[in-house]
Amino acid sequence: MALTALIGFNVLSSIAALILLSIGLGVIFGMMKIINLAHGEFLMLGAYATVLSTNAGLNLFVAMLVVAPVFVGLVGLIVERGIIRFLYGRMIDTMLATWGLSLGLVGIITTIFGTTVKGVAAPLGGFSIGPYQTSTYSLFMIAMAIIVVAGIWAMLRFTRFGLIVRATMQNPAMAAALGVSPPRIYMATFVLGAALTGLAGGVLVPVSGVSPTMGAAYIARAFITVIGGGAAMVTGSSLAATLFGFIDQVVTFKTTPVFGQVALLISAVIMIRVLPQGITGRFFRRSL
Amino acid sequence: MSLQRRQLLKTGTAALASGLAAPYIANAAAAEPIKVGSLLDLSGPIGTSGQPMFDAIQLAVGEVNAAGGLLGRPLQLINYNTQSTIQLYSQYAQQLALRDRVAVVHGGITSASREAIRPTFDRYRILYFYNVLYEGGVCDRDTFCTGTTPAQTVNKLVPYALKNWGKKVYILAADYNYGQITAKWMAKYAREGGGTVQAVEFFPLDVTSFSATISKIQEAKPDVILSALVGSNHTAFYRQWAAAGMKSKIPIASTTFGLVNELATINPSESNGIVTSYGYYQELKTPKSVAFVDAIHKKFGADVPYISELAAATYEGFYLWVAGVKQANSVDRVAVTKALETGLSFDGPSGKVTIDHATHHVIRNAYLGKADNKTWDVIASYPDQPPSDTAAVCNLIKAPNTNKQYVIDVKA
Repeated sequence: MALTALIGFNVLSSIAALILLSIGLGVIFGMMKIINLAHGEFLMLGAYATVLSTNAGLNLFVAMLVVAPVFVGLVGLIVERGIIRFLYGRMIDTMLATWGLSLGLVGIITTIFGTTVKGVAAPLGGFSIGPYQTSTYSLFMIAMAIIVVAGIWAMLRFTRFGLIVRATMQNPAMAAALGVSPPRIYMATFVLGAALTGLAGGVLVPVSGVSPTMGAAYIARAFITVIGGGAAMVTGSSLAATLFGFIDQVVTFKTTPVFGQVALLISAVIMIRVLPQGITGRFFRRSL
Repeated sequence: MSLQRRQLLKTGTAALASGLAAPYIANAAAAEPIKVGSLLDLSGPIGTSGQPMFDAIQLAVGEVNAAGGLLGRPLQLINYNTQSTIQLYSQYAQQLALRDRVAVVHGGITSASREAIRPTFDRYRILYFYNVLYEGGVCDRDTFCTGTTPAQTVNKLVPYALKNWGKKVYILAADYNYGQITAKWMAKYAREGGGTVQAVEFFPLDVTSFSATISKIQEAKPDVILSALVGSNHTAFYRQWAAAGMKSKIPIASTTFGLVNELATINPSESNGIVTSYGYYQELKTPKSVAFVDAIHKKFGADVPYISELAAATYEGFYLWVAGVKQANSVDRVAVTKALETGLSFDGPSGKVTIDHATHHVIRNAYLGKADNKTWDVIASYPDQPPSDTAAVCNLIKAPNTNKQYVIDVKA
């Protein structure tokens, strides 16, 4: 019983990690159709911002919840103004540009900080479920995932800015005719996506090894989740993360990590075959 | 006998050429440097391992030159940065052999890189030193392996864990040849010591989440975790292990942890108490070790990363070659090999290091270290450990023409 509870908790924390990882990509790719191959490097920058400011004496939570998103948001602003804004509507070109950007960012960080792994110890300690120990920090990650998803959903659903963003994504010409400036909305959305990715990078620091190439380990899962989720970014990514996180954890627990990864990829392939538009292409079509 | 025109031309030119060249060679020989090749990754994922090794070989070359060179000739170090790319290893190995025509090559870090360049140096008759701890089994008369192998380290680590912590072990290893082979050695030594292996789990190098494994470990309730996890993603295991509050419950022994600066970058609360076994720790207080660490700090700054077995074995491997050249009074490959095979030794930072003729590996000291507030507390030392794993399959005295890496059949 306690073991089932422990596995259930692991599944939840795995889902939370997937949601945090993919939500920023969901905003940039799902809403704006920009294939941001530098997503993993945005994560990495968020992680470095957190590690460096913590080492400089800042409180860890301030570092991950404030410094990381603000810093990566600023990087996103520079990237959008300098590169992406010239490439809207040219999907293949954005892939090339962001791929180059990701290589550049890895190179810059390696040059400055070297390839040694950095990190911060997990705060909050552990708690026990029956005879088993687990990490309180996972609880924090689950809470963060819920807050982030609820926050974005509420912003899109209830605020004027959310309405304008949705309108611009659906029909930029009509939005422009009604007095909205689509380039500014695109810019704001890109920065928001980058900041969310930076936040995820910061939150992952205590449970991962921070190195310049860390993004590569996450980017595939982030893309699978967002594509599996489909057009309605918030609902879709959350549902896809739930499905994939569950499969990954349960199969890994029952067999080995190798089969866990294989099962995740096979289920993604099957799902894209059955639901080419993602989960929200068939179900919950009117959700956000 | 009629003197042919063509023959006359040949003999004449040769005579002329040697007549002209002779004084030039005689003059140049005094000053002509001995070229020493080095192939190390100084950038990319393995760059952190290569940098201390490069520091060590630069230090050694500098010392020999400062002492008047070798056989009266200065040494010239030719290093190529292989950038953690196997293709560059093959390419630069050919350059060293054919264009630079070096007398010896020290280098290679991963087992994959070694196996990429070893055939090249065999083919072009270049003496090759591989100065890294690895899984054992290379049997090649043109190659010397100066790092530790599992019989020297794993064979100390596992009995220590069984004796001090308990008999039930749980093995975690990286999913490629090093991890697979090391896991077999761990299982073998655990069973020999009367222990039971509850599970062996392999992790691809891009695995970052260990929560399922940590649950499984808790369910199995082992006494000891043996880890051969590799790379930056896998350091997440130590983090998540500590975050789950497991660190004080089940101790960890590792064959890989701390070899590349992990102690400096991971929080003491996550690393304290982890036990490892290597051929060298920079905390060793022998005069040679202290002098070695001081020399590196003086030359490259006190903030260089941790000086591990990688640097020490490179330094010692280089000096073993120097000893061979001195004894042979030549840099000729065969002469130096024969000199080394007489069982030459060098007193290095890790202690006495002696060439073993039969395997072309080394007899060297092994140590156990326990992590304590970002340093290694050396808790045991085992002098003069032979490479008995490789010796079980390789005998270059009986079969000097062997040229392969045996996959040692580990009977678990």
